[in-house]
Order: sequence, then C-alpha cells, then structure tokens
Amino acid sequence: MPKAHVYKRDHINTDEIIPARYLNTDNVAELAKHCLEDLDPGFVKKCTPGDVIVAGDDFGCGSSREHAVWAIQGAKVGAVIAHSFARIFYRNCINGGFYPIELPGALEKIRDGDELQIDYEAGTIRNKTQNTTIRFTPLPDFALAIVRDGGLLEHIKKKEKGKTENVR
Amino acid sequence: MGMTITEKILARAAGKPSVKAGDLINAKIDLIMCHDVTTPPAISMLKKHGIDRVFDPEKIVVTPDHFQPAKDIPSAELHKRLDQWAREKNIRYYYPLGRAGVCHALLPEQGHIRPGEVIVGGDSHTCTYGAFAAFSTGIGSTDLAAAIATGMLWFKVPASMKFVLNGTLGHGVCSKDVILEVIRRIGTDGALYRAMEFVGPALKQMSMEARMTITNMAIEAGGKSGIIGFDETTRAYLEGRLKGKTDYTVFESDPDAQYISTETIDCSKLEPMVAFPHLPSNGRPISECAGLPMDQAYIGSCTNGRIEDMRQAAAVMKGRTVKIRTVVVPATPHIWKQMIDEGLAQIFYDAGCVISAPTCGACLGGFMGILAEGERCISTTNRNFVGRMGHPKSEVYLAGPATAAASAVEGKLTDPRKFL
Ligand code: SF4
Repeated sequence: MPKAHVYKRDHINTDEIIPARYLNTDNVAELAKHCLEDLDPGFVKKCTPGDVIVAGDDFGCGSSREHAVWAIQGAKVGAVIAHSFARIFYRNCINGGFYPIELPGALEKIRDGDELQIDYEAGTIRNKTQNTTIRFTPLPDFALAIVRDGGLLEHIKKKEKGKTENVR
Repeated sequence: MGMTITEKILARAAGKPSVKAGDLINAKIDLIMCHDVTTPPAISMLKKHGIDRVFDPEKIVVTPDHFQPAKDIPSAELHKRLDQWAREKNIRYYYPLGRAGVCHALLPEQGHIRPGEVIVGGDSHTCTYGAFAAFSTGIGSTDLAAAIATGMLWFKVPASMKFVLNGTLGHGVCSKDVILEVIRRIGTDGALYRAMEFVGPALKQMSMEARMTITNMAIEAGGKSGIIGFDETTRAYLEGRLKGKTDYTVFESDPDAQYISTETIDCSKLEPMVAFPHLPSNGRPISECAGLPMDQAYIGSCTNGRIEDMRQAAAVMKGRTVKIRTVVVPATPHIWKQMIDEGLAQIFYDAGCVISAPTCGACLGGFMGILAEGERCISTTNRNFVGRMGHPKSEVYLAGPATAAASAVEGKLTDPRKFL
C-alpha cells in the first residue's frame, strides 16, 4: 500500500528535487538516485514504488528542468499531492504523463506514513490510516487526455495517426 | 472589453480576433530557444517517438550555455548531441562555442527577439524576452519537443497583473533592486500563472538591458511571463540589429483592459536591495543588512551579465581591490570583447577578479565558482535556493552588480553608493 511522505514546506523548488550538479545527464535511472536529495537525503532509500509525496504551496518552483519530474518518476513515486504547483512543473508533469494532484489543505489531511489509495478518475484519495476519503478536483479533460495517453508526445502521435490537428 | 498586450499577442498567435484570461488556445510559435540542458532530452524524445522533424529551421536558435565549455564528460556528451542535431537539421541560428553565450543575453543581443511574437524556450528565464513587448515563457523538454516538431503549443491565456513603476531610480540604485522589491512584496508565488505587466515612468529611464533584468525575474514571482510595452528605447535597440525578418507588430494594452491586481512602486524610495537565503522574496534594503561577511562575489548570468552590468561593477571596482574571491562572467562573447575594448577587463584584473568565458557557470551550481559548505556568496544571479551555487549548506545573497562589486571590495555586504 502506497505511503505518504509528508514535507511541511511551501516552495519546494526544482533545485531541491534534482540539484543542478546532476543535470549533466538526462538518464532517468541516474537522476532518480538523487531525487529530493537537497531536501531529504534519505528519501530515495525509504521510498517504495507507488509512494506519494505530500507538500504545501508552489511545489516545483524554479527551473523548467523536466529532470525534476523524471527524477520523481524514476524514483517510482506514485503521485505528488500539493496545495498548489508552480506552473512549469505542473505542465511538465502532464506532458510526462504524471498526474499532479492539487489539494488545498493536504498537509492537514494527510500525515507522514499514512496509507493512501488514489482514484484519479473519480478524484478521491482514500486515507486508509485515518479512515477518511478526501476529494480533489480532477485534471481538466484535455490534460487528462494527455496523461492517459502517457504524455504529450504520445498524445500528438496518436492524434496524428487519427489525422487530426496537432497538440490540442 | 479591452485586451491586455498579452491577450492581443496570444489572440494573434491563435488566429482569433480576441481572447481573454482563462481561454485555452493553440498558439503558433514564432521563435524557440534551445540550450544544452533541456534540448538534448527533447531531441531524444522526438527520435524515440519517430517524429524527428523541425517545424522551421529558421525559427529555432540554439546555443550551449549552461555547462559550456563542457565542464565534464557527461556535459560534453550533451553538447555533442546538441551540436549533431543542430547541424543535421540545418538550424540557421546555431551559436557553437566561440559564439555561444548565456541564452537570454545572447538572443536579444544578436537580434532574434521581435515585439509582438510568441517565444518559448527550454528554460524558465525565457520570460526575459518580454522586455521587448513579446509574449515569452519557459517550457520543459516535452513541450520543447512538441514545439520543435509542430511549431504549435497549447496555452491557457494568463490573467495580467499590473506593476506601475513610478518615480526615478536614485543614484546607485538599479533595475535589479526594483524587481527584488516587487518579489519581496508579492512573494515567490505571488504571480503564479499570471502575466506581469510593467508600466510607468521609471521604465523610461531604463535601457533595454535594465528592463531585461526586470522581466528576467518574473519567474521568481511564479509568473508565466513578464512584459514591458514598446517605446522609443525598444525601437532604437532593435534598429539594425534584427536578424532575418526586420518587421514586427507593436501591440499595446487597451485603456480598459482587465487586470486582476495593480501594485504601485515608488522607485525613488528604493535602496540597493539584497535578497537573503533561500528565497528571492527575502529582500532587504542594504541599510538594514550591510556588514554581513561574504566569501565570494559572482557577477554574471542572464539577469546581470550584460555590458551595462559590467560597467556598473567596474565603476565601483575602479582603483580598488577585492577582499574576497570574485568571479566576473560576461554573458556573451560580444560582451567579453566589449569589456576589453572599454577597459573594464583591465579594471577587473587590477582589482583581483577572475574573468571567465561566457557561461551559466556557477549561477546554477554548474562550475566556475562553486561554494563550499558554509560559504556565502553575493551574486548578481536570480535564485538563492538551497544548494543553488554549490554545497547544500552554502548561502547565496542576490543583489545588483554595483552592490556585488562593493561587497567584493569590502568582503561584506556593502552599500555601493559610498563608492559612486
Ligand atoms: S544564467 Fe543562470 S538563470 Fe540564467 S539561464 Fe543560465 S543558469 Fe539559468
């Protein structure tokens, strides 16, 4: 069962998610080793596949490096739940087929170590530990379509096959 | 209902008579900026998906900058991928080593930025180009790949915030101090998803270089873009400089355009500012923080690595010597040459600074001035996040070039006005 790793912080930035000293590569496995390194050096060790990162406002602010999303995906993080996301990071998540969950008040509703089950389509998080159900606003349809296809390029390819217009 | 300059540019790019904040549009891209960190992954993605094409080799500008000259083997590999691709795709405006410079200084300097256009780049500080009355925003590698292949991207039209810059800047106060004050007031997510439109009489006295420092840091307030309207200064800068197409369209905000907020700043009241670790919004006036010891000064980057910044730093350093390690990084080869021609290089040498090749270098903790544990750096860059310039326990203090130079001379945070 996926567990929550809670960081009671706003403005967790892309330098903390993947420090620039590792940007000389775009190898996902390599990046994953350093996921959240400058925020919590022990994160990669304790993260089991599917685990969830929970944080406050403005998660992913700073640089446009998609390496931040790749590091998180590579570390097999299942989801990131935050009060709000920085714009480029949010867009990068969708483009990479990774669902960013915007949930104001997440830090009050989820405690470190809570076991969570997420239903993306319905927009619900089942907090097994606290026996609560939390609702979130699902992604708008066009973004959901991109995530469902596995990312923007997969989406474009699919559209092109269907001979429709690009990137819509 | 009237439209903002941002809405007008995006409407034009979407082929619609009008758009409003919140609309989802599919916009035609006029220019794409590509560099060595985010573009090689985009190239690989395109190859992997079998859509390995370029929508228009005339509308893509490529330069390695972050880790150039290659700082290690992995970055050399990135450069090799970028170089091979740029040559294979016949990218018209490719600036390899020797002509390469920090992207956001290089593109305007080389005449690639035109008013009224929609510009994207694989870098968050792409918002810099908004100083030229263009819509410009940073994107990640996947968006970059999509834009390179199709020349189109979807956008949500941002709501605009208006920033009225009144008064005139005092002696020794610069545009960096203005933007640090703006970010101090609204916070690092105060403009999240918004277009930051700067207006007001204080802009009139600012050069294009000074204006670019302001739009450059829109992202530090979370902004999608920063924009400054067109005027005589813009026209004069562009004249004789534009590459390729020399005509452009000037858009202006309507008097009844909608803004979600208006913030007024009296620039005559500003002092030189220093943003303390670890957020750009931690700005303090120099009078409240002078005296804090520093270990290094760094003068460069896309925020303040232009010739005007070098002149301001040199004005302080002339006839003086630095007490701490000081790294001067001209942002482009042209600026590097100008520094020699104008005698600035001599001043920096005499003061005891080291002058680097044009590069992003230590701005993002790459190389050329990395900090050890516990060290403090006064820097003209734009981010002071944890570990940004080196060890996670090092500290970055953001300031304008004159403040950085004065602090280098005294080895501690120093008000530059005493030297000017
Ligand atoms: S100089 Fe710094 S902020 Fe500007 S593009 Fe380079 S790394 Fe980014």
